[in-house]
Amino acid sequence: MSDTVIEAPEFAKVTASYLTDGFTLRSWLLTTDHKRIAVLYLGTITIFFFVGGAAAALMRYNLIVPEGMIGSAETYNRLFTMHGVVMVWFFLIPAVPVTLGNFIVPLMIGARDLAFPKLNLISWYLFVFAGLVALYSLFVGGVDTGWTFYTPLTSAYSKGHVVATAVAIIIAGFSSIATGLNFIVTIHRLRAPGMTWYRMPVFLWSLYATSVILVMATPVLAMTLLLLAFERIFHIGVFDPALGGDPLLFQHLFWFYSHPAVYVMILPGFGVISEIIPAFSRKRIFGYKFIVWCSIAIGVISFLVWGHHMFVAGTSLYSALVFSILSYMVAVPSAIKVFNWIGTMHKGFIRFDAPMLYALGFIGLFTMGGLTGLFVAALAADVHLTQTYFVVAHFHYVMVGGMVSAFFAGLHFWWPKITGRMYPEMWGRAGAVIIFIGFNLTFFPQFILGYLGMPRRYHSYPPEFQVLNVLSSAGATILAAGYLLPLGYMTWSLFYGKRASANPWGATGLEWQTSSPPLTENFVTTPTVTEPPYNYPPPEVVQHHV
Amino acid sequence: MRFWLPQATTSAAEVDYLILALLLTSCAILALVFGLILLYMIKYRAGSDIDRGVLADKTWRLEAAWTVATLLIFFGLFVWGADLYVRLFQPPPDALKIYVVGKQWMWKIEHQGGQREINALHLPVGRPIQLVMTSEDVIHDFSVPAFRIKHDVLPGRYETLWFEVNEPGTYHLFCTQFCGTGHSDMFGEVVAMPDPEYQNWLEQNGASETLAQAGQTLFMRYGCSGCHGGNGAGGSQSGSTVRAPALAGLYGSPVTLIDGSIVTADDLYIRDCILLPERRRVASYPPLMPSFAGQISEEDLLKIIAYIKSLTPEKQS
Amino acid sequence: MSEASLTHEFQYSSARHQAETAISGMWLFLATEVLFFGALFLTWIYSRHWNQAGFDAGAQQTELAIGTINTVILVVSSFVYSAGVAFIEAGNSRRLIQCCAVAWALGVAFLILKFGIEWRDDFAKHLFPGPGFAVQGPLNGGARIFFVFYFLGTALHGLHMVGGLALVGWIILRARRGEFSPASYTPVIVVGLYWSFVDMVWIVLYPLIYLVGRGP
Repeated sequence: MSDTVIEAPEFAKVTASYLTDGFTLRSWLLTTDHKRIAVLYLGTITIFFFVGGAAAALMRYNLIVPEGMIGSAETYNRLFTMHGVVMVWFFLIPAVPVTLGNFIVPLMIGARDLAFPKLNLISWYLFVFAGLVALYSLFVGGVDTGWTFYTPLTSAYSKGHVVATAVAIIIAGFSSIATGLNFIVTIHRLRAPGMTWYRMPVFLWSLYATSVILVMATPVLAMTLLLLAFERIFHIGVFDPALGGDPLLFQHLFWFYSHPAVYVMILPGFGVISEIIPAFSRKRIFGYKFIVWCSIAIGVISFLVWGHHMFVAGTSLYSALVFSILSYMVAVPSAIKVFNWIGTMHKGFIRFDAPMLYALGFIGLFTMGGLTGLFVAALAADVHLTQTYFVVAHFHYVMVGGMVSAFFAGLHFWWPKITGRMYPEMWGRAGAVIIFIGFNLTFFPQFILGYLGMPRRYHSYPPEFQVLNVLSSAGATILAAGYLLPLGYMTWSLFYGKRASANPWGATGLEWQTSSPPLTENFVTTPTVTEPPYNYPPPEVVQHHV
Repeated sequence: MRFWLPQATTSAAEVDYLILALLLTSCAILALVFGLILLYMIKYRAGSDIDRGVLADKTWRLEAAWTVATLLIFFGLFVWGADLYVRLFQPPPDALKIYVVGKQWMWKIEHQGGQREINALHLPVGRPIQLVMTSEDVIHDFSVPAFRIKHDVLPGRYETLWFEVNEPGTYHLFCTQFCGTGHSDMFGEVVAMPDPEYQNWLEQNGASETLAQAGQTLFMRYGCSGCHGGNGAGGSQSGSTVRAPALAGLYGSPVTLIDGSIVTADDLYIRDCILLPERRRVASYPPLMPSFAGQISEEDLLKIIAYIKSLTPEKQS
Repeated sequence: MSEASLTHEFQYSSARHQAETAISGMWLFLATEVLFFGALFLTWIYSRHWNQAGFDAGAQQTELAIGTINTVILVVSSFVYSAGVAFIEAGNSRRLIQCCAVAWALGVAFLILKFGIEWRDDFAKHLFPGPGFAVQGPLNGGARIFFVFYFLGTALHGLHMVGGLALVGWIILRARRGEFSPASYTPVIVVGLYWSFVDMVWIVLYPLIYLVGRGP
């Protein structure tokens, strides 16, 4: 068969799926199909990822020379604030839940849709609206307070568009609450017959814990930002000491949400990795019950550690001691998960497709990030390291090295299910390796910079820090290339990728028991579950056909 | 280019040891994790035929073991970090106090003898120093990496930091809490020198009066003596019609407030009495103290407080 | 209408399954609202701790009579709505409509008293914490913060009331179209949960605004 007739025979094989169920704009913009909504979300967060990424690129460009390549400090300050705001609220928090979660959760539990499909669509519109408000704020000049919005800088001194940005975040918060609520109710109420809690794949437990945090913590953020907006407009005086208020009150309220928020970001990533490692080790997950209860434990303990952002803020000694010990506690379940993933690989049959490479990269980078969290949880060490590039490196290792790698891992893993196409495998592996290398080159020097004393959020810096900054910026160009690569080949695969079978990886899980891509109603008949999750045959069966 | 940071205080070395311990622990755990992953990637790759045997059945013992090990290591690190932090939190009573006022975008330093500096801090080596810090506007953070210390500087409050320098030299001073456009410009130098040189410096940069003397002038100019009496003797003594508490002997003493609680009259207490008197209503006195909020600058407040402090004889240690 | 013939969305196994799920969803949503208002109440109480005298001075300027009448109105409204739920459970759609209408009217009465009369009076007495604020002197700061919470809290509650009125109105319209029966009246329950919750928020607001610090 010559190359010019690739399309025709393939098209003949196309069967109905959620993608062919209506081609009008209306059928997409008014859909209640969780799969279509997931795709809409995927497009939206990709845009935000690159907006936030562009800001990061400009920041690293600025830091090549000590006096700052971008002449204006104010521009730099607006860049790093928008980088934080966009990446936190418009990429990291939604990413896995609204794309992979929305698409896979109903399939994985054997349901035809989420509990509240119309609410799902509303959540997307809220998200888009929030994004437009944020972009508006950006275009009219942005905001220059840091994504943490500390008062009284934000309430009384900043000349940026604080209120517009706060409003955008509040609306995005409502979108998150809607998504979280939907997942919790779905997981409780729509499991297929026979799917008990302990037969659910870990991904579902992770999203459940994530959703509980979302619905409990986000309302507090909404109220905090509302109070901030009122403070700024009406000078009410809750946070401004000049008016009798307390700036630390803002910090407590803000971090009460924002610390659990970082677990909202990472827990879904843990869930993705927990699906990929067993699939590509062709072996049941090690310590299933420990892993699922660790997810719940992380969800609960995450609410108890917010004060570790305030060890030098002027809180009491007692508070510092309590938050430090609790912060060490919250690290334990994450450590257990890492050991369990490694235990899963033990005696497995490991393949190195792109999802697995990303997952292995995740384990390495997340472990490094998590270990450096131990540094900043140690009170006396934190005094030296806090507010420096050490902390910046720590959270980028967990957020970017961890979470973004997990997102890419999941995207590659479930790409055949979502699109019905395979991505080009060699490019996928190349991307994973480039990202791993570029990431380390970018962020490892920052640990050293931080220890040596370079503060964060600095537009310019003393000359002795230049070499490490240049190294970091050089790494950033490689990392950027690594992130642009999937944009290229994934898009290519939509048109020219090999058509995927229902279960190209031979993985367990109900989502793989239906076609790729699935029908709108997901399953022809609702499946009944009789087996534990990750029901791969044990090695002695595989090897000796026992 | 520098890969090391000077250890300029008595606690800097201790902080570095803690960080080193954290680093070694992390490397050990990382070596374990990376090592096992690499080992399994090779040994258990799909194409490898080695006999994998049977999977272990009761794995909870292994799980419990590594959970307990993790908890123990983490607890050890917590105790080490907490112990050092507690010591860093509590300044020795005989520390030399120096006052710091942060504002957008500079550091103003005032020594008790009235010497003033901007973006520079001269210190003696070999004795404990306590910085008493406040901000005129937003939250800043006073950070000297070579000393391994930093602390947020808040408007409306006094925060303290203490250290003892043991290496003479010049060290970077940074602001490390984002405070607006000029945040990265709030850059200064801490100059530590042996005590004789420091005394020299104090004389050469001497002001015409000490903080306390300047405070006495302000005490009269703002009308405090009208109710509290000259020398803070108290309203009833000075023939004033207002019954105002005596300030002599006040600093450092316990005060009973109107709700029955007892607080110590420290710097922050006195500051609150001047700016937010309705928060610190003293038992058995009428609520007549007016608020001076917005009328006295942070630096003047420090001088007045220094004066009021001077009305209490120094306790012999 | 027999249960077997009741329609339901395709992800549910039965109409009853969908109905129960809708109720769970509303409970979960109300839990998030507790955290939303909870953050406000926490900040309120914390601020009062540091500004007690000022807060008390502010509280004494509030209109206890209107506040108390409004509390009674809301409690009665919730009760009447619940009676409506009991009626439709027994099959009496007419009574359901009447109860909802009374509950709705009481809600409107609340809004008129609160915003039409009380807020108008508050503005006339210069109690809005802006320039020209009525309480001057040392208690100015605390009283201002009290009134900030007062206006913010009642405004947020009022917005939730307006949403509630829209929902109750929607129930009335659907009931008039004959959409509810003993076998199928879940939306009535779900809206009832929300309506009662808005009531509960007021039950916390009432003492915070009118009672605490008022004195003997």
